[in-house]
Amino acid sequence: MATEEHGGKAAHGPMEQFEIKPLIDLNVGGYDISYTNSALFMTLAVLCTFSLFWAATRKRTMVPSRIQSIGEMMFEFVAGMVKENVGKEGMKYFPFIFTLFVFILFGNVLGLLPYSFTFTSHIIVNGALAVFIFVTVTIIGFATHGLHYLRLFCPAGTPLPVAIVLVPIEIMSYFIRPVSLSLRLFANMLAGHVLLKVLAGFVISLGIFGIVPFLAVGAVTMLEIMVAVIQAYVFALLSTIYLNDAVHLH
Amino acid sequence: MPQFDPSTFSSQLFWLLICFVVLYWVISKFAIPRIGDILEQRERVVQDDLDRAESLKGEAEQALADYEAAMANAREQARTLMFKVTSDAKVAAEARNRDIGAELTVQIADAEQRIATARDDAMASLTSIAADAAKDAASRLAGLEVNSGDAEAAVSAAMKGNG
Repeated sequence: MATEEHGGKAAHGPMEQFEIKPLIDLNVGGYDISYTNSALFMTLAVLCTFSLFWAATRKRTMVPSRIQSIGEMMFEFVAGMVKENVGKEGMKYFPFIFTLFVFILFGNVLGLLPYSFTFTSHIIVNGALAVFIFVTVTIIGFATHGLHYLRLFCPAGTPLPVAIVLVPIEIMSYFIRPVSLSLRLFANMLAGHVLLKVLAGFVISLGIFGIVPFLAVGAVTMLEIMVAVIQAYVFALLSTIYLNDAVHLH
Repeated sequence: MPQFDPSTFSSQLFWLLICFVVLYWVISKFAIPRIGDILEQRERVVQDDLDRAESLKGEAEQALADYEAAMANAREQARTLMFKVTSDAKVAAEARNRDIGAELTVQIADAEQRIATARDDAMASLTSIAADAAKDAASRLAGLEVNSGDAEAAVSAAMKGNG
């Protein structure tokens, strides 16, 4: 019977939640740019951000209201992170880092709502963000330090035998950055949602004992909320650390 | 896995670009200035309050110093005044003592004068009384009639002889 139910639920397999479904078909110059469920949740992330900061800054009270202190906390959190890691001269990149943080945060958190879609669970989205950061950081590095930026791969005072080993490793670790950055977020989101879906599948098939996976789903959902916030933080934090390398070298 | 279906990449990238750019605009032109404004304003108000508290504290300290100075001044004045009053009183007392003393001296001198006069009178009348007594005694004992002038002369001579 359990297999039957499982069979019946084949259409609702754990990967189905990641499917891109076009809502409005659009095709420009041979490229498919349909407005999909992914695009819908990106739009929702933008709207949520706008609403949050609109509500947070509506009254502008001396002693902040709850929503206002949420906005202020996010602002100060990211501003503190940028200032701490890159310093005062990094503050011109603060709007970008803040955007990145908020975009991924809302992507992750909105994705936890039932029947929603998590656009950060798609490697192409994370990869595009990571590659953009990688390219931008590299451009900033060369623009700030010229060819001295290559010193990043070989810190001053490295003895030659060490350098022979060190430089390839450093170069590799530099180019692996966008991969690790995007894969980390992708894997976290994917694993969390698959786990939730699989556990949720057991709730029905186990009958009365379904209470066990049901409680597990509750617990994992708590965990996933934490992961959603932490991964947004990690993504933004690593971006600021890379930015610091570009602005200050080592 | 739907994640590796390249046919969805173009639409995902396109909407990612659109949404990210719009979000960047929302954040940089809307959220950050407004939140930054609030935080700056709060910091300014807090700083103003701190400054005002600092200046009020300074004023309070100034007032305390003024009060202490006034207090010390008043105490000094009181001491001076006290000293002046006591010394004045002493001078006045001395003056009065002196006046009274002088008056008493005069009165004493006067009284002595009166006593001397009284004694002299008494002495003078003593001679005539003694002369009368002597004349009486002489007439009774010896039957001699002595006139008063002789008797008085004799008494005076006797007193002088005794004296």
